[in-house]
Amino acid sequence: MEKDQIILGIETSCDETAAAVIKNGKEILSNVVASQIESHKRFGGVVPEIASRHHVEQMTIVLEEALNQAGIGYSDIDAIAVTEGPGLVGALLIGVNAAKAIAFAHNIPLVGVHHIAGHIYANRLVTEMKFPALSLVVSGGHTELVLLKEHGDFTVIGETRDDAAGEAYDKVARTLHLPYPGGPHIDRLAHEGNPSLKLPRAWLEGSYDFSFSGLKSAVINTLHNAEQRGENIEPADLAASFQESVIEVLVTKTLQAAQAYDVKQVLLAGGVAANKGLRAALTDGFESLSDIELVVPPLYLCTDNAAMIAAAGSVLFQKGKRSSLALNGNPGLDIEQSMF
Amino acid sequence: MTVLAIDTSNFSLGIALAKGDQVIGEYITNIKKNHSLRVMPAIERLVGDCDLKTADLKKIVVARGPGSYTGVRIGVTIAKTLAWTLNIPLAGVSSLEFLAANGRYFTGIVSPLFDARRGQIFTGLYRFNGNRLETILEDTNMLATEWAGKIKQYNQPVLFIGNDTPLHKEALQNILGDAAFFAPPALYNPRPGELALLGMEKEGEDIHSFVPNYVRLAEAEAKWLGQQRD
Ligand SMILES: [Zn+2]
Repeated sequence: MEKDQIILGIETSCDETAAAVIKNGKEILSNVVASQIESHKRFGGVVPEIASRHHVEQMTIVLEEALNQAGIGYSDIDAIAVTEGPGLVGALLIGVNAAKAIAFAHNIPLVGVHHIAGHIYANRLVTEMKFPALSLVVSGGHTELVLLKEHGDFTVIGETRDDAAGEAYDKVARTLHLPYPGGPHIDRLAHEGNPSLKLPRAWLEGSYDFSFSGLKSAVINTLHNAEQRGENIEPADLAASFQESVIEVLVTKTLQAAQAYDVKQVLLAGGVAANKGLRAALTDGFESLSDIELVVPPLYLCTDNAAMIAAAGSVLFQKGKRSSLALNGNPGLDIEQSMF
Repeated sequence: MTVLAIDTSNFSLGIALAKGDQVIGEYITNIKKNHSLRVMPAIERLVGDCDLKTADLKKIVVARGPGSYTGVRIGVTIAKTLAWTLNIPLAGVSSLEFLAANGRYFTGIVSPLFDARRGQIFTGLYRFNGNRLETILEDTNMLATEWAGKIKQYNQPVLFIGNDTPLHKEALQNILGDAAFFAPPALYNPRPGELALLGMEKEGEDIHSFVPNYVRLAEAEAKWLGQQRD
C-alpha cells in the first residue's frame, strides 16, 4: 500500500486567514478559517491594510488549530501549498511568508497555488474529477469559464470584460442600501420579489465572455428614473430582476460551453457559488443533460478556505511543481501560467 | 544560546546569527529590492554558511517596527511562524532601539529616525547608561520640526542616526543648531547583530498575540474612529 499524501494548505489572499490539512487530495482532515468580516463591516468593504494586520494576528493560531485538529506532525506533511495569487498583495505576503518559514524550518517542499485553481479544486473534496471538465468560477473578483483537459491543465475560455459578478452584486446592494457584504442580501431579497423589471442581458455573441457593468448601470438608472417620476420601486422586485439577468447569462453560457467542449463534468466554484438562485438555476439547466455531471460544493467550500488550496496543491505537487524559498505573493498571477 | 535576528522593517534588510555574546553571522543590504522574496533565502544562506541547522536555533528576535507596514509584517510573520513551529521563544525589539545602538560612544542623547513621509519621521529618544541602552521617549511619529522642538528642552547634544537623516537634516539643524550631531553614513544601517544581542537579553513574548508596533493606526481605522466621535 502506498503512503498517504498529506498536504498543509494556507490561504490569506483576501479577508479570511485559513489553514487546512488534507489527505490524498480529497479528504479533509482539518479546515480552519478565521473570518475578518465583522471588522471590515465598519468600512463597508475589505480594507487591505486592516486585512493584512488581522492576518498577522491570526496566522499562527489558525495554523496550530489546523495541525491539532488533523492530529499530524511535521514529519507527516509531504508539501505545503500556499496561495501565491491573485489577491491583495499585502494579504498574500502573510500566507506566503508563513508557508516559507515552516517549509524552511522542517525542510518540507513548498508549492505555490493559484487562488482560482483552489476554488475549482474545492470540487475534488466533494467528488473525483472527470475530464474534460468545465468550471464556472464566480466570486467577488472573478467571473470565468475555465476548461480543464486534465488535472492542473487550465484554459480560460471566457471571462468578464468589466465587473466580476460578485462586484456587480456588491454595487447593486450598495445602491439598495443593503449592508455589507451585499451578495447574500440580494439573493434573499430576490426570493421575496418578482423579476418584473426589464433589465438588459449582455450576451456578447460568439464568445464565452461576460459583462456586467451595463446591467449594473441599468439598475442604478431604473432606480434613479423612478425616483424622479415619484414612483416607488419594490427593492425585492429590483433584486429579483437583477439576479435573474445575472443568472440567465451565467447559466446559458455555461450550458453552451459544456456542450461545445463535450465535457463530462461542470464544476461550480467561487464565493458567489453560495448563491441559492444560481445553484437552483444550474441544477435545472443541467437536469436534461444526463451525460454531464453537475458538481456543486457545499457553502463552506465555496467561500475562501485553505482545504481547496491544499486540494489544488496536492495535484500540482504530484505533477512535480515545487516553489523555492524565493516564492513571492503575486497579485496578478495568471492561472494558465501558474502550473510551473 | 543561538539566536536568529530578522529585520525587514525598513529599506534595509538585515539578518544575524549570534551565539552567546558573539555575532557569528551578519547580512545587510540597503537596496531597493523586494523583502518578501529575499528574506527566507537570506536566512537559509546565513544559517548554512554558519554550519547551523534550524534545530540549533534557540530563539528568534525580530525588529517589530516602526517602519514600512508591509515590511515590518514580513519580518514579524516569518519570526512568529519560525518561533511557533520550532517551539522556541520569540522576542521583539524596536526597530529604532537597535538603530540607536549605533550611537554607543556618543555622550548625549540619541535619536534614531526613519522617514515617515510628508515631513514626518518615526523616532524615539535613547541614551547609553554605561553599556545599557535606555529609552527616554517612546517610539513615536511626528513632524521632524515638532520633534526637534520637543528634544530641544533636554539641552543636550543629540545624535541623529539612520539612512533617512539627510532628508531631515536641515529642518533639525535649523531648530537645534550646534546641539544637533549627525552620524556618518557608515553608521546609517541598522545592524542586525545589535538586534540579536539586544533581543537575547529580552524575555520571550506570547507568540500568537505578538504584533508589529506600527505606531500609527491604519488610515481607514483612524478615519472611522474620528467619525464615531463626531
Ligand atoms: Zn476566492
